[in-house]
Amino acid sequence: MADIDHKAELAKAGAFVEGWWGSVFFFIRRYPLGAAGAGIMIVFVLSAVFANFIAPMDPLQTNAAASLESPDSTYILGADKMGRDSFSRIIYGARVSLIVAVSSTLLGGIIGVFLGLMSGYLLGWFDLITQRLIDIMQALPLLVMALVMAASLGPSIENTIIAISIPLVPHAARVVRSSTLSLREMPFIEAARAGGMSELRIAIRHILPNTLAPLIVLFTAQLGSAILVEASLSFLGLGVPEPHPSWGRMLSESAAEYVRSAPWLVIFPGIAISFAVFGTNLLGDALRDMLDPRQRS
Amino acid sequence: MAEVQASERPARAAPARANAPVLEVAGLKKHFPIKKGLLSRTAGHVYAVDGVSFSIGEGETLGLVGESGCGKSTVGRTVLRLIEPTEGSIKINGTDVTKLGKGDLRPYRREMQIIFQDPFSSLNPRMSAGDIVGELLHVHEIAEGKDKEDRVAGLFERVGLRKSQMKSFPHEFSGGQRQRIGIARALALNPKLIIGDEPVSALDVSIQAQVINLLMDLQKEFKLSYLFIAHDLAVVEHISHRIAVMYLGKIVEYADKKTLFTNPQHPYTEGLLSAVPIPNPRIKREKRILQGDVPSPVNPPSGCHFHTRCPYAQARCMVEAPALKQIAPGHSVACHLR
Repeated sequence: MADIDHKAELAKAGAFVEGWWGSVFFFIRRYPLGAAGAGIMIVFVLSAVFANFIAPMDPLQTNAAASLESPDSTYILGADKMGRDSFSRIIYGARVSLIVAVSSTLLGGIIGVFLGLMSGYLLGWFDLITQRLIDIMQALPLLVMALVMAASLGPSIENTIIAISIPLVPHAARVVRSSTLSLREMPFIEAARAGGMSELRIAIRHILPNTLAPLIVLFTAQLGSAILVEASLSFLGLGVPEPHPSWGRMLSESAAEYVRSAPWLVIFPGIAISFAVFGTNLLGDALRDMLDPRQRS
Repeated sequence: MAEVQASERPARAAPARANAPVLEVAGLKKHFPIKKGLLSRTAGHVYAVDGVSFSIGEGETLGLVGESGCGKSTVGRTVLRLIEPTEGSIKINGTDVTKLGKGDLRPYRREMQIIFQDPFSSLNPRMSAGDIVGELLHVHEIAEGKDKEDRVAGLFERVGLRKSQMKSFPHEFSGGQRQRIGIARALALNPKLIIGDEPVSALDVSIQAQVINLLMDLQKEFKLSYLFIAHDLAVVEHISHRIAVMYLGKIVEYADKKTLFTNPQHPYTEGLLSAVPIPNPRIKREKRILQGDVPSPVNPPSGCHFHTRCPYAQARCMVEAPALKQIAPGHSVACHLR
């Protein structure tokens, strides 16, 4: 039998972690990839929040003289056809991407959680109808569905958010419903009922908080895919309209015409999209591992 | 805590009628339908509880024993109306609560509480221990804010937990401590009746003794009545005043503790008792170990449900179901041979 170094094992499991900074360092040591993902996300959030201070120029200001300017000291990442600074547009684009991603995730998440909770708690005909509707929603591919939504609602930031949020509804509803189904049979729910609590209180105070762990993971993953879908919709001309800077449209506007003559117009927005999605995925994976004890090694 | 709890108690359910037992159950039945196929056709019933009657007086403990699947837990849950009874009546302090709607039932919820078997799944993992106990005080509008805190602190101390542990979450407690939180929650509404659904069978033997003693102390202090569901006869013997033995949804023997342990009349009770180990190797006794398993409650055997495993079974037992009849004051048996 091999000797077990109890202290080392405990340290590995995070037993000696103290304080907020202690937890941060523990997270970095334990989930280096997740920490990298979190780092990327922090950079994006900061550049979105402080876009006015970081961006050297107004992202909407055109300058005919600087049309298709290659990267230099004034235009760090070059300028587009209308002479707008690429770097500033990417920084402001983070704001658009983040707003769209967060709002669509929240909107879809809230509707999905509500439906899933009602469905799993009430069961009966409500569950039956909701589940069949969700089956229908899930049968449609996410991007195609968002496309149809965006095309019928017309391009605007609000409609993009709605279009992206709808495909999240069935995911969130399924996750919450399945947790609710197992939770509603737990003795602590019976105890609440024996104590004379209302069904609404039981659902919100006792069931909902216990379904959150898988939801957090789902939502982080959804942030990344929302950024991607927004970029795709904008790429197809159905997402965020002009003149708001959107990474997807920056890519689409330049891809066909200027990919040879001014490749910086394609490369940098592409990198921004890749990093944002990469960051959310890494963070999502780390959160999944952290919240699921079976995944801890 | 006695002072804290004895203060004004608003909106109680109807006052106890003189001499009415705290709990009176008559002809209780619970048949679960088995649904099959696309149209949820009822294909049969699980006869989980099939005509059970008993009563519990103030400050009394009724032990309800039987093997797994005999319907003891269903009795407990049906009494609390967590499961709706198919037939029969449940009276709390003389008032029939069997048909009361959700709202009308609420005041009676305060009279009866439950302690569960599994100390891990019976506490909400996302609520602090103090909130778990205090929530009932809030829901029943008994106390708020500082007053609520004080009451919960009192309850914590009474069940042997520290006040400082109110902020901790369930996973920070051991099994025995969690069971104490469960007891504090059950006591919060100052009930008359507590149903213990195998409250100690998931605990270590040493912790079992502590929890049982706590329950007995609380009984004396607050004149509580217990319906104590268990399969461990040694535990039941220690805590109960009277004992009902259940087999396949029916009570087969009902007697005070002493009579049941010294003079068991039903062959099933004999079998259960001979399975209790005696901590003295010199005592030799005839072992009558029960053979086989409890038959399925979906399709219970004809006549006396026990005839498939009974060493004395006769032709009559296979066709005619014996009624529970009194053979001595306070001692009833359901067996043709007695």
